[in-house]
Amino acid sequence: MLTTELNIADPDGFYEALIGLHRDLTAEQSRLVNAKLVLLLANHVGDRTVLDEAMALARRGLVPSGEDRAMHAVA
Amino acid sequence: MRSAVSAPDYRNLTFAYARSPDQDAPRPARHPVVVVGGGPVGLTAAIDLARQGIPVLLLDEDDRLSTGSRAICFAKRTLEIFDRLGCGQRMVDKGVTWNLGKVFFRDEPVYSFNLQPDAGHQRPAFINLQQYVVEGYLLERAAEFANLEIRWKNRVTGVCQDDDGVTLEIATPEGDYRLRCDWLIAADGARSAIRGHIGQKSSGQTFRDRFLIADVRMTADLPTERWFWFDPPFHRGQSVLLHRQPDDIWRIDFQLGWDADPEIERDPERVIARVQALLGPDAAFELDWVSVYTFSCLRMDRFRHGRVLFAGDSAHGVSPFGARGANGGIQDADNLAWKLALVLRGLAPETLLDSYDGERIAAADENILNSTRSTDFITPKNEASLAFRDATLELARDCGFARRLVNSGRLSTPSTYRGSPLSSADTGPFSGAMEPGAPAADAPVRTAGRDAWLLRETGSGFTGLYFSPDAPPAETLRALRAAAGGALPLAILVLTPAGAQVPALDGMTVLEDAAGLAADRYDARPGTFYLLRPDQHVCARWRQFHGEAVQAALARATGQG
Ligand SMILES: Cc1cc2nc3c(=O)[nH]c(=O)nc-3n(C[C@H](O)[C@H](O)[C@H](O)COP(=O)(O)OP(=O)(O)OC[C@H]3O[C@@H](n4cnc5c(N)ncnc54)[C@H](O)[C@@H]3O)c2cc1C
Repeated sequence: MLTTELNIADPDGFYEALIGLHRDLTAEQSRLVNAKLVLLLANHVGDRTVLDEAMALARRGLVPSGEDRAMHAVA
Repeated sequence: MRSAVSAPDYRNLTFAYARSPDQDAPRPARHPVVVVGGGPVGLTAAIDLARQGIPVLLLDEDDRLSTGSRAICFAKRTLEIFDRLGCGQRMVDKGVTWNLGKVFFRDEPVYSFNLQPDAGHQRPAFINLQQYVVEGYLLERAAEFANLEIRWKNRVTGVCQDDDGVTLEIATPEGDYRLRCDWLIAADGARSAIRGHIGQKSSGQTFRDRFLIADVRMTADLPTERWFWFDPPFHRGQSVLLHRQPDDIWRIDFQLGWDADPEIERDPERVIARVQALLGPDAAFELDWVSVYTFSCLRMDRFRHGRVLFAGDSAHGVSPFGARGANGGIQDADNLAWKLALVLRGLAPETLLDSYDGERIAAADENILNSTRSTDFITPKNEASLAFRDATLELARDCGFARRLVNSGRLSTPSTYRGSPLSSADTGPFSGAMEPGAPAADAPVRTAGRDAWLLRETGSGFTGLYFSPDAPPAETLRALRAAAGGALPLAILVLTPAGAQVPALDGMTVLEDAAGLAADRYDARPGTFYLLRPDQHVCARWRQFHGEAVQAALARATGQG
């Protein structure tokens, strides 16, 4: 089960470190750093149920307003 | 025997149209099976049926083998099927054997994989061989069967079926004619006209990307491995794949992106510049063939439509990353041929053919899933997927987990027909991969004083593998012989430990498990019995041999259980 109650000892310190991680990065660089962070943490967690819960929660409430470019359906 | 004259140039061979007496028949001539399409899938199906004694007519609209850059990677399982057909060795002798793949990110190696890390298999993970050579060898094998007829320049222009058979309209250089058949195998490729004739379609998705496929002739001192680059310095922002083929031909596959203009990209000067960027300005090479492709993942809702059976690209399509197109299609033919042969010989009900549909649709879905995942990695669909891909590749240098996420193609492996109605459930505890539905594993064996391979010793119909510590007791032998003598032919292989010195047994083949790998791979104990289907997939296994259980499993495996 995904923990949604506080689980980090020094929350403000962690938040500061997270923001600091992106200092002076371009949007593209930040995206890369975030992606690495997600991958590293996901592998550390390992449990697919927890990961799936976290992914669902992260996207909750978003109305998609972009468009993927890679493919289109064919009949 | 084939004479040792120089090999034909398969790429440029043409086959003469010849008028058939069927074209002058007052009423449409009737054939048990017509195969439409002389690609790798149609040829495999036709040969497999012919070797089981079924008269086959194969029609192809063209008069040549596959042209241009198409399939090159043929998988272990395909080679094992070609072995069954009697032409595997030629393919392996001519092909370039490889097991290793390497992935580079920018200019650094990040990941390598060995597709066959364990020894004790006759066939390698892959060979590379041009599709037209594979088809040429299949065609030469086909020519050895008196009951297999091929008609070139026979285009199927109409198909309709009723309860009793299928009527085909055929166009030839000398006009049109009609045929009737009991069963029609539609192996007429991705643009299958037969699919349209019966009101069906193949649906899915097309990837918005373009790939330049260049076959280049050069003598290069590169290892025989699959090399894949993401974002290399010589082709920024895109991927490149390099493969060796026989006769000093190399396949180079440049990702171009969706906006590339296929016309412009085919321009030889432009292609040469791209190849030079990879090989260096001084490299000596010439272009052998160039094409630009987009790729789709598609499949039909069902592969069996009454008496019309779709196989290969007509039934499903994948992107080539993973080499699952021809390899998957050849496994369709492998799955279909024995079932159709049993139905035609009255040994199985025609509902057996529904298991073709079920088993091969699941296999197609597995191939499509793998191919789609690879294509999604190679062609990121938005900023986030690009970031994740680059993050994975950067992490791969230092983190083992990320190497496993790098996806440049998950290469073709055969499907396990899990949950197949033809399989009988285990009644005892087993571990390992040889569950019912799995393709049988190979192992080195010795028989009659010579080295051999387990898969080459299986029969042309069903096969029983009996693991015995020494000579089976008389009672067991009687029971095994009784099982072998039923309505369905069953070849019995008795597997003994190396050095067991069991004398020859009448009506059975004794194999020594030379390296103990058969017992290992089949999780066998003394008395274990496996039942293999004619396509070498496991359909049942027991810790002890029971004649009645085997008969019940055989009935089930032939749609009568
Ligand atoms: C660039 C590229 C690379 C590939 N690499 C690989 C790879 O490495 N490994 C792999 O396994 N697969 C690969 N593939 C896929 C592979 O080429 C196909 O999956 C394979 O050719 C399918 O075989 P088939 O017999 O189903 O159809 P096809 O090979 O398309 O054959 C269909 C046949 O039907 C005939 N025909 C069509 N319509 C009619 C008609 N109306 N009447 C009579 N005859 C007709 C045609 O003349 C043709 O001979 C690759 C494909 C491409 C494009």
